[in-house]
Amino acid sequence: MGSISFRNVDKVFGQGTGGVKALDDINLDIADKEFVAIVGPSGCGKTTCLRMVAGFEAASAGSVLVNGRPVTAPGPDRAVVFQQFALFPWKTVRENIELGLRNKNLPVGERNDLVASALKLMNLETHVEAFPHQLSGGMQQRVAIARAYVLDPEVLLMDEPFGALDAQTRVVMQEELVRLARHNPRTVLFITHAVEEAVYLADRVAIMTRRPGRIKEVLDIKAVRERENWDSHARIEDVMDLESFVHLRTHIWKSLREEKGFKDV
Amino acid sequence: MTSPSLGFRETMLLGLAGLASFIGLWSFLSVSGIVPAQFLPGPLDVASRFFDLLTAPFAGATLPAHLASSFQRYAYGVLLAAAIGVPLGLLMGFFRLLDDIVTPLFDGLRFIAPIAWVPFAALWFGTGIGGPIMIIFAGAFPPCLINAYRGARFVEPRLIEAARMLGTPSTRMILEVLLPAAVPSIIAGLRVSAGLGWQSLVGAELIVAAAGVGFMMVQAQGSVQTPTVMAGMIAIGLVGMLIDVLLRQGEGWLRRRRGLES
Repeated sequence: MGSISFRNVDKVFGQGTGGVKALDDINLDIADKEFVAIVGPSGCGKTTCLRMVAGFEAASAGSVLVNGRPVTAPGPDRAVVFQQFALFPWKTVRENIELGLRNKNLPVGERNDLVASALKLMNLETHVEAFPHQLSGGMQQRVAIARAYVLDPEVLLMDEPFGALDAQTRVVMQEELVRLARHNPRTVLFITHAVEEAVYLADRVAIMTRRPGRIKEVLDIKAVRERENWDSHARIEDVMDLESFVHLRTHIWKSLREEKGFKDV
Repeated sequence: MTSPSLGFRETMLLGLAGLASFIGLWSFLSVSGIVPAQFLPGPLDVASRFFDLLTAPFAGATLPAHLASSFQRYAYGVLLAAAIGVPLGLLMGFFRLLDDIVTPLFDGLRFIAPIAWVPFAALWFGTGIGGPIMIIFAGAFPPCLINAYRGARFVEPRLIEAARMLGTPSTRMILEVLLPAAVPSIIAGLRVSAGLGWQSLVGAELIVAAAGVGFMMVQAQGSVQTPTVMAGMIAIGLVGMLIDVLLRQGEGWLRRRRGLES
């Protein structure tokens, strides 16, 4: 089980008159095993939404619930994949992936099995003993995703995970994530400013306004995807050519264009 | 204004020129009689005294034996400072409460020169090995603590968040995240500590009654043997330089190793 709920969530950074309101009355429910992407202009507070679910930030008003319980602190039930990977530079690929399992005090045998399957899942078997700096950005992000997946978290929180990757690598990672998400669905909150990425990956896309961020609109992608059978196309570019895809993408684009702060492409 | 960078040879030549002018001025002042010999012994007197002391005992031991005795005290003092300062610094970098309790106290204490502890060091730990070690400790401790603290306190926040998200308990957080992240800062701190500890040596040996290069200098001062005092100063300077060069090499080696590994 892994549902996420934002209930009338406000977030103010700073105090008193100097405080800046980053989020204004956010309401969003993400069902178990649902993949929801939040898109929005830079600085609209989308990452802050994720950080509140992770337990890195507290809401100023309202509540953030995971499985109906308020979030109080970070924990392995809510695994995070960061934009800048945040791998431990002094740990090997194996050691990075293993840390969360060691923290759970799993017996060595079970731990090794889980690490092996995570390595296989992300095609990392040939880089087990490498250090992060020896890997490309794409490989580093694979390690970070493996580190999150191996925990078997209730929810997976991905904060612009492909934002730091080059275009080709990003496409490969997006295709892989779709493969993972469709075959082994789990609750994902995915933050991005790339519209196509959001439409391609998510079951639903929430569009935010510029600061102070509010949820402007939530689009059901899954219904269109299943009706138009997107998953019969293996390649991302084929999906992106479909009329139904283009239609959704353009709709979101227009919606974001109305927000003055939107500059990212 | 920036000066052009010089090659190794030019740098060496300039360094030698500086040294030569210093010795030249020194010779001139002492040989010309402008400064009387009992105030400023000439370079030749000092050099010959220095070489004498390598084999001839003064105040119970030769210069190398005095140095060996000093070095032992010094090593204990610095190691003790590292053994307490580094873990305490890491803990302060992690536990805000400990930081709030220790920092104001420490910020006051660290400005007290090591030599100011001499009376109490002698009173509390005696003039054998304990007192001098405490004085060297007082000199070497602050950089150990400060650098470990800063290294731990200013670890990249993402890494702390990643570790917390993975459910990392405090002990493991300190040993496997803060400590490795702080290693470059800790090593830099240890090098400063090693230097300050050695500087505190003469102060430490004011209260030593047996051997040590500081003890030797105090004895020589008592009998107005200025060349011996100065030979001791030179020995301290040379050994200090040697310690610094060796630690620099060690630090460079470690950085290169980490460059490969992390």
